[in-house]
Amino acid sequence: MHDSHKFKIPMGPQHPALKEPESFSIALKGEKILGVEIRLGYNHRGIEKACEERSYIQDIYLIERVCGICSHSHSTCFIQAVEEIACLQIPERAKYIRTLIGELERIHSHLLWLGVAGHEIGFDTLLMYTWRDREVVMDLLAELTGNRVNYAINTIGGVRRDVSEQQALDVLKAVDILEERTKYYIGIATTETSIIKRLLGVGVLSHEDALRLDAVGPTARASGVTRDVRRDDPYAAYGSLSFDVITDNHNDVYGRTLVRVKELLESFKIIRQVIKDMPAGPLSVKAPRKIPAGEALSRYEAPRGEDMHYIKSNGTEKPERVKVRAPTLANVQAVKHMLKDRYLADMPIVIAAIDPCFSCTDRLISVDYLDTNRKQIIKWQDLHAYSIAWHRRHGIDFTKLNKETRGAGF
Amino acid sequence: MDIRRKILTWARIKSPWIIHFNTGACNACDIEIIAALTPRYDLERFGVQLKGAPRHADILVCSGPVTRQIECRLERIYEQMAEPKFVIAVGTCACSGGVFNGCYNIKGGINSVIPVSAYIPGCPASPKAIIDGAVKLLASLKK
Ligand code: SF4
Repeated sequence: MHDSHKFKIPMGPQHPALKEPESFSIALKGEKILGVEIRLGYNHRGIEKACEERSYIQDIYLIERVCGICSHSHSTCFIQAVEEIACLQIPERAKYIRTLIGELERIHSHLLWLGVAGHEIGFDTLLMYTWRDREVVMDLLAELTGNRVNYAINTIGGVRRDVSEQQALDVLKAVDILEERTKYYIGIATTETSIIKRLLGVGVLSHEDALRLDAVGPTARASGVTRDVRRDDPYAAYGSLSFDVITDNHNDVYGRTLVRVKELLESFKIIRQVIKDMPAGPLSVKAPRKIPAGEALSRYEAPRGEDMHYIKSNGTEKPERVKVRAPTLANVQAVKHMLKDRYLADMPIVIAAIDPCFSCTDRLISVDYLDTNRKQIIKWQDLHAYSIAWHRRHGIDFTKLNKETRGAGF
Repeated sequence: MDIRRKILTWARIKSPWIIHFNTGACNACDIEIIAALTPRYDLERFGVQLKGAPRHADILVCSGPVTRQIECRLERIYEQMAEPKFVIAVGTCACSGGVFNGCYNIKGGINSVIPVSAYIPGCPASPKAIIDGAVKLLASLKK
């Protein structure tokens, strides 16, 4: 790629792994990104419309599958809106169980993200470590809910499964193990110079821009915005739990990493309180089959940020309108801003840093040389390799670290 | 079977390279596929390796129902793969359309677009099921 060339890279049109599949069209000058255009709407399954054709109970099943990584977030958010319309007071125990599953989900999601981030910067050992630790949470979720992903624990009016005493002990045991591992990751993130060099100052989003572009979740919190639905508008049991909203002032990918790993510690704290304070009592109240006419908007702090569901009911057993605004949608505008005037080599990690469920490895990118009309196809894989090689030339190399940590006794 | 074919089949079974393609899945099946490749389940011990380019891969692992936008891409990726090629459909959606059946933007399961060699049901298919499916596919190649 020669510096004098200006060219345009359409990336996509689908990022198959995203909740809201996006298409990035990137204008480049040399190695610098001039601007990014984002288009949404690929990979669209039509869940909102499908919800209108199904009953509320069937919708829970469907809504969980908006995203497999934040499935509990979406189903809780949906159900909270329904419960508000139907004026249902759900039992305290159900609230605590929802909180417990929600926090376990946050842990699995943040660990997953940490691994993906490691992969994007060429630190694959980190991917293997975090994904192995993540299995501890997956086992717990499978034990508590019966499924590793898409837990189906929610029902209108409460939850479907109880947490036994033995299970509560298992949760505490697992949390201890995870806490130790998380401290290890915090150690890596704060002392390992390759990581700091690679992440510090990359994908900058200033405090003002984060507010202006309405960033949500860890993306916003890493720019010093103390925005967290769990504290601002408590739902489930969060109102009676104590925890800190983690923020950071690095305003960059490094900050986002710190926010996420530190949030893991908060999640452990929350889970310990939940297990300790969980009141006895019934699991659910009886919900009517037909939900009275009305509308409600519900908010939920998903691992990636604020999730929002709007429901309008018309007194039948099916909703009239369901609207879902998932956190990634709120964050894509911020990504556009973060990429501007940055190097192409930083693109993978900047996009991954908003955590758009970037788990798929295959993407086709085609490069149009604007001035020569030549066309070149770059695969995501190649961009990934390019990015790692570029940084290696600039002195950031994970090869040694990968080798060293491999034998570190885990 | 002549000796050349035998050697080829042997080599193929020892190192099947896969490419993962999400055709509209909810992500759950995808993270389970990745989980199957990471240390706990370690699909790599069967020689399975995840590749990024369709031309390098022997097996196309698909997850999710086929959305209308992705249909032609799926066909194209399938065409780019070198013969002999196999397709594994991971998850109920990929097998039949699953929970999204009837949505206006959904074509159906993977087999509504390209031929499928192995179906792994489950919502999401657990890593154990994915390993089982992959191993069964490899075993069937021996014949
Ligand atoms: S089978 Fe289930 S988990 Fe897999 S993509 Fe479909 S809805 Fe998601």
